[in-house]
Amino acid sequence: MDTNIETHARLEKLEGIGCSRKRREDPRFIQGKGNYVDDIKLPGMLSGVMVRSPYAHAKIVSIDTSKAKAHPGVHAVLTAEDLKPLKLHWMPTLAGDVQAVLADGRVSFQNQEVAFVVADDRYTAADAADLVEVEYEELPAVVDPFKALAPDAPVIRPDLDGKNVGAHGARKHHNHIFNWQIGDKDKTDRAFANAEVTVKQDMLYPRVHPCPLETCGSVANYDAIRGDLTVWITSQAPHVVRTVVGLLSSIPESKIRIISPDIGGGFGNKVGVYPGYVCAIVASIVLGRPVKWIESRSENLTTTAFARDYWMTGELAADKNGKIRALRVNVTADHGAFDACADPTKWPAGMFHVCTGSYDIANAHVSVDGVYTNKFPGGVAYRCSFRVTEAVYLIERMIDVLAQRLDIDKAEIRRRNFIQAEQFPYLSPLGLEFDSGNYAPALERVLEAVDYKALRAEQAALRADPNAPTLMGIGITTFTEIVGAGPSKNCDILGIGMFDSCEIRVHPDGSAIARMGSISQGQGHQTTYAQIIASEAGIAASQIAVEEGDTSTAPYGLGTYGSRSTPVAGAATARAARKIREKARKIAAHLLEVAPDDLEFDLDQFKVKGDPARGKTMKEIAWAAYNNVPEGMEMGLEAVDYYDPPNFTFPFGAYVCVLDITKKTGETKVRRFYALDDCGTRINPMIIEGQIHGGLTEGFAVAMGQELPYDEQGNVLGGTLMDYFLPTSQETPHWETDFTVTPSPHHPIGAKGVAESPHVGSIPCFSSAMVDAFAHLGTTHFNMPYNSFRVWQHAKSLGLTA
Amino acid sequence: MAKTVVSFTLNGSPVDVLVEPRELLIHTLREKLATTGPHIGCDTSHCGACTVDLDGLSVKACTVLTVQCDGAEMLTIEGFAKAGALHPLQEGFSQEHGLQCGFCTPGMITRAYRLLQENPSPTEADIRFWMAGNLCRCTGYQNIVKSIQYAAAKMRGETVATSHPVLAE
Repeated sequence: MDTNIETHARLEKLEGIGCSRKRREDPRFIQGKGNYVDDIKLPGMLSGVMVRSPYAHAKIVSIDTSKAKAHPGVHAVLTAEDLKPLKLHWMPTLAGDVQAVLADGRVSFQNQEVAFVVADDRYTAADAADLVEVEYEELPAVVDPFKALAPDAPVIRPDLDGKNVGAHGARKHHNHIFNWQIGDKDKTDRAFANAEVTVKQDMLYPRVHPCPLETCGSVANYDAIRGDLTVWITSQAPHVVRTVVGLLSSIPESKIRIISPDIGGGFGNKVGVYPGYVCAIVASIVLGRPVKWIESRSENLTTTAFARDYWMTGELAADKNGKIRALRVNVTADHGAFDACADPTKWPAGMFHVCTGSYDIANAHVSVDGVYTNKFPGGVAYRCSFRVTEAVYLIERMIDVLAQRLDIDKAEIRRRNFIQAEQFPYLSPLGLEFDSGNYAPALERVLEAVDYKALRAEQAALRADPNAPTLMGIGITTFTEIVGAGPSKNCDILGIGMFDSCEIRVHPDGSAIARMGSISQGQGHQTTYAQIIASEAGIAASQIAVEEGDTSTAPYGLGTYGSRSTPVAGAATARAARKIREKARKIAAHLLEVAPDDLEFDLDQFKVKGDPARGKTMKEIAWAAYNNVPEGMEMGLEAVDYYDPPNFTFPFGAYVCVLDITKKTGETKVRRFYALDDCGTRINPMIIEGQIHGGLTEGFAVAMGQELPYDEQGNVLGGTLMDYFLPTSQETPHWETDFTVTPSPHHPIGAKGVAESPHVGSIPCFSSAMVDAFAHLGTTHFNMPYNSFRVWQHAKSLGLTA
Repeated sequence: MAKTVVSFTLNGSPVDVLVEPRELLIHTLREKLATTGPHIGCDTSHCGACTVDLDGLSVKACTVLTVQCDGAEMLTIEGFAKAGALHPLQEGFSQEHGLQCGFCTPGMITRAYRLLQENPSPTEADIRFWMAGNLCRCTGYQNIVKSIQYAAAKMRGETVATSHPVLAE
């Protein structure tokens, strides 16, 4: 057989890194045999429903549960009074604050959890929830973070009275949470004082919600005889949940089993621990029966973990030729009624300090103030690493604002400011070390692909025609993400370093099982981790079972969010597979009676150097591992790796968006969206493309329609899919994707993570295009979301709609 | 509340269930008939995760009362694979990577089935229009369109191949 054909056949069988392997997850999902939390049904299982506050801010005068308890089929009605003896009426948050599990004498946001009704089934529980009588005394609500800092603003958190120092330093007002600063303020201020030109822009990244198609939920099953607690849960971080449950309940972690089964999308919504989970666990312990809690869509959209709500002011100092000298940013961050922001412990604004972007900026200073309001808690990353979407939005908007001020083309100003390829690793003025990048070629490739010059010429002609019914906007972003949290020296959750893990066991027949500390919510981990092992250890991917999400079998890991699976758990997987390979090398050497160094690894076997006819396949070696190993070697073929990355990874991309806007109606059509992503080494191109399509679509959703606004009374508007925009197949644009490959120098296989880049990069690209459509009329910015009404309002303010 | 016996045909087999008049079809299917393929995503008939085929129409089972289904013929995702062979739509969704988390997939496939019954050769615009009642948060729909085109071609007897060959790069 021809060597190339033979190698091709072996590669095809191996399905390693770089293959568009079809997904191992698909057979169950396409046949309706997925196993999501709400599919779980246990003997004797009861159903729990929350009673929630209609008010945004109120004292609870009384709660009468007697009618609900008397309702047939009801087993328990829990209130804060029932949880107090267990010290479970409050719980710690990931941000060093506390959150009421069930309202303790006061509600601080609309739909806050007040009581938990447990009954035979969900209909009975819902009936009984209506019978819980709560008397409220309404208090004035504040939903604007700036008004919340007024001297006479209502006190949102009387439980913090007298506590002038929070988890992140001094609190300067009763509704203030923290001030966090980074960078050299004096140097930055001096650069501004001496600058040839400065620009300043206020912008709001509105409150939105990740809204995975599956809502949050759990099934808790406490076995009183064994003393074991098992919880099936919609969690992106089951091991951390186990630790939290252990801390809260005083049950040892060895008696707690957390299982994240199939998860119907997460996007950050399923990182936190929510009151419903805690109540289901307590109810199961109290009643000795399994208890299921599944939230409704409205509960999901209005109580479990919003994203963003960042009120940002950016300033750039620059030379007249557009070279940026300094960046200054001030942020007021609305954290809602409890600070449940999901960030690494020491960084209350996450990795917002990546906000110098792809540009070589000598001086920068950032200041972020966290504020309480009467809105639901959260502050999770919605398909992005911690606060990275906000950071990228800020810098990409600001560089456009500067370009307009100096009348420099928006592509050209980026060229003049890029960090150059030879500057990597690049130490940013805010202390991050960008591991790798190659920005200019990516931008040029995209500009050529869309024929940028022709687009600008077409736009100029359209602008020159006063009777043209449409406007044309061209958006550009050249973004850098920071993902893969993270080095444990910088990143921990509740004191646990943000490592991740992989354990591989090769069976005697040469097949294998791998278990990780991460958990897929659609990313295809069962498919792609096997590809890494296939390439690194020479075992066909089809012979590798990948398991995640069961804390009793998987090694401890911090979970899947912030694009950390491939950078962290994927690295652990490669390293564990290499340990397998090196043990296999020794066994092969023993079998072939040569020295280990005399062997070379060739896809799925070890061959004797200079004598390629002699060799041992991994399958043969696996069998020998259980009966014929070198003297002094342990039997078996297993490896485990806990990987603490030396640095983050920095995926990047260059995007162009073309919008056509009807002046009279504000209707906007995405004519073209071209996305080039560089995620380093590409493990499965098919899955990468799918992730990018999804990220772009969620970016489109945020930019063009998503928002969770509040009225003055603190009523949340947009709590159903009637009001909250999820794009359908009709309005979702067609995406064009492209890539370059700049491997991460510190990652074992050079991979960087991909799924969040398109979300992070596309949102400012839509804003760039929308603003660009009006730029010739003096517009430098207007806030998302760009639904037709808002765009029409803006067009009207410029006299375009007549 | 008084209960009623409702009888219908589910994926070719007769079933009888005892339900309250207010019980929603999606709850009957999922909790009484072990048919957990259709999912609940929104409670308000926006998302289509609960789509089933009822007497030749796509319906959202979260907005149908079980008592309305007496005597009906019902098809859910569980009824698509026959004797271990996948339906062309199931094959198409896998070959064209038309799913990620899988939560919308049963409803998507069930809705696409009805589309291809009505229109065996839909254009991309036809598909995007017909599928607009089924939300997906993961895929951005582009590969769902390709999945349905793959299935349509296969059902018309044409030769089909994935647009993602294993060793492309």
